Amino acid sequence: MITPRRLFLAAPGLLLLPRAAHATAEAMAEAVRGFTGGAPVTRGRVTLDISPLVENGNTVPLSVVVDSPMTAADHVRAIAVFNERNPQPHVITAQLGPRAGRAMLATHMRLATSQRLLAVASLSDGSFWSDEAQVVVTLAACIEG
Amino acid sequence: MIHRALMLALLALPALAQERRSGFEDMAPQTQAMQRDDTSNPGMLWALEGEDLFRQPAGPAGQSCASCHAEGSMQGVAARYPAWDTARQAPIDLAGRIAQCRTDRQGAPPLARESQGLLALSAHVGQQSRGLPIAPPADPRLDAARVQGAALYAERRGQLDLSCAQCHDDHPGRRLAGSIIPQAHPTGYPLYRLEWQALGSLQRRLRGCMTGVRAEPFAYGAPEYIAIELFLMSRAAGLAVETPAVRP
Amino acid sequence: MARVLINVPRTAARGEVITIRTLIQHLMETGYRPDANGVVAPRDIIRRFTCRYDGEVVFQAELSPAIAANPFLSFTTVATRSGVVEMSWEGDNGFAQTETRDLTVT
Repeated sequence: MITPRRLFLAAPGLLLLPRAAHATAEAMAEAVRGFTGGAPVTRGRVTLDISPLVENGNTVPLSVVVDSPMTAADHVRAIAVFNERNPQPHVITAQLGPRAGRAMLATHMRLATSQRLLAVASLSDGSFWSDEAQVVVTLAACIEG
Repeated sequence: MIHRALMLALLALPALAQERRSGFEDMAPQTQAMQRDDTSNPGMLWALEGEDLFRQPAGPAGQSCASCHAEGSMQGVAARYPAWDTARQAPIDLAGRIAQCRTDRQGAPPLARESQGLLALSAHVGQQSRGLPIAPPADPRLDAARVQGAALYAERRGQLDLSCAQCHDDHPGRRLAGSIIPQAHPTGYPLYRLEWQALGSLQRRLRGCMTGVRAEPFAYGAPEYIAIELFLMSRAAGLAVETPAVRP
Repeated sequence: MARVLINVPRTAARGEVITIRTLIQHLMETGYRPDANGVVAPRDIIRRFTCRYDGEVVFQAELSPAIAANPFLSFTTVATRSGVVEMSWEGDNGFAQTETRDLTVT
């Protein structure tokens, strides 16, 4: 039988991941290099939409839209999302093409804590474009064990 | 008679203090959007499962819920619970009624409190009252439990020595750490709580509040929870049912 | 079988860009989460989602533990011709599920 006090003390551990286990700016840069192969990434054409203030990091809606005609000659090949302070820098990588019609991706993600997010798009001409967002995760008072 | 007067007095307090509002109003626009859109509300996964379970035969006679309850006949039902259970001579909540139907009428194995099946069926039945006003029955046999619920709500408990009312009546709209304190109207249960990453019942939420103030929570299905629910539903009378809601 | 909620229009005009939304019931256990006794639960996530339509993969996603429980995905595709839209989820511990929806293109 777990006592209520035990539950209460254990609760923060469920919300916050172990402090040492988060990614870093370098780890995120490395993960981005894995996606781009080291090619330069230009800010623009990508819109990363996520709430700047998040009330619970467990399920955070986000969407990425890339400005592209999505034709056979000019389209987005892939969209990837990275983060700086979750245990792993990678969030999601989507492969798409002209059959998508629009370069759009929406999902729900987890945020261990306040941090910077980066969305990178890989285009058919070999260029890479990005957008970033700074997100603040507020701490909930009432969390359950 | 004394009970009734006391109850009305207790009910009048929060209503006088401020305009009643669902916790939905206090959520971030993104969380509101998640609830509004059934295709992104994860609670719909449970409601959908409940729809299947409702039609699925269980027990030796091969009866399903739908064998007795016609399609659409559950509309408005969740808005009227807890109700009086004549067989047990006690108030019963919706999940309790579903579980009772299953064992006593279908003769099927019991569905435990907070089990996936019971949550799914409760969500499916609750969803059919969506948008309808909470309408507690006027049954005087429920009065004693409602008064008990009001007393439990006002009673200080736990190592923090806090009552429900001290947060939810005295300080709604203000922040406790990063969270807005809601008025505690149970409009959307069972609901998908982002913290839980799952669907859960009002009893689970009440247990969370109790461990939060470091009190010993009542066991699942305890009459105290049903009494509190009776009181809260009276207090929320007229607000729209949102099941399955989303909350942070 | 995990419960899924899929939103694909039943009909679409040829050339129309349609939006597909999917939810699937899955814990997405991160592999970093300690339980009440301090024991870390092993990772159990959906790693890949694939959508095939009209004989081709039109959308594919690789998921990390940073994707929320009960994964939600929304994306678009061009309605080319009537056929089956097939969606598959694959993950740890042999998780595999495929769902199909018919799309009529007019």
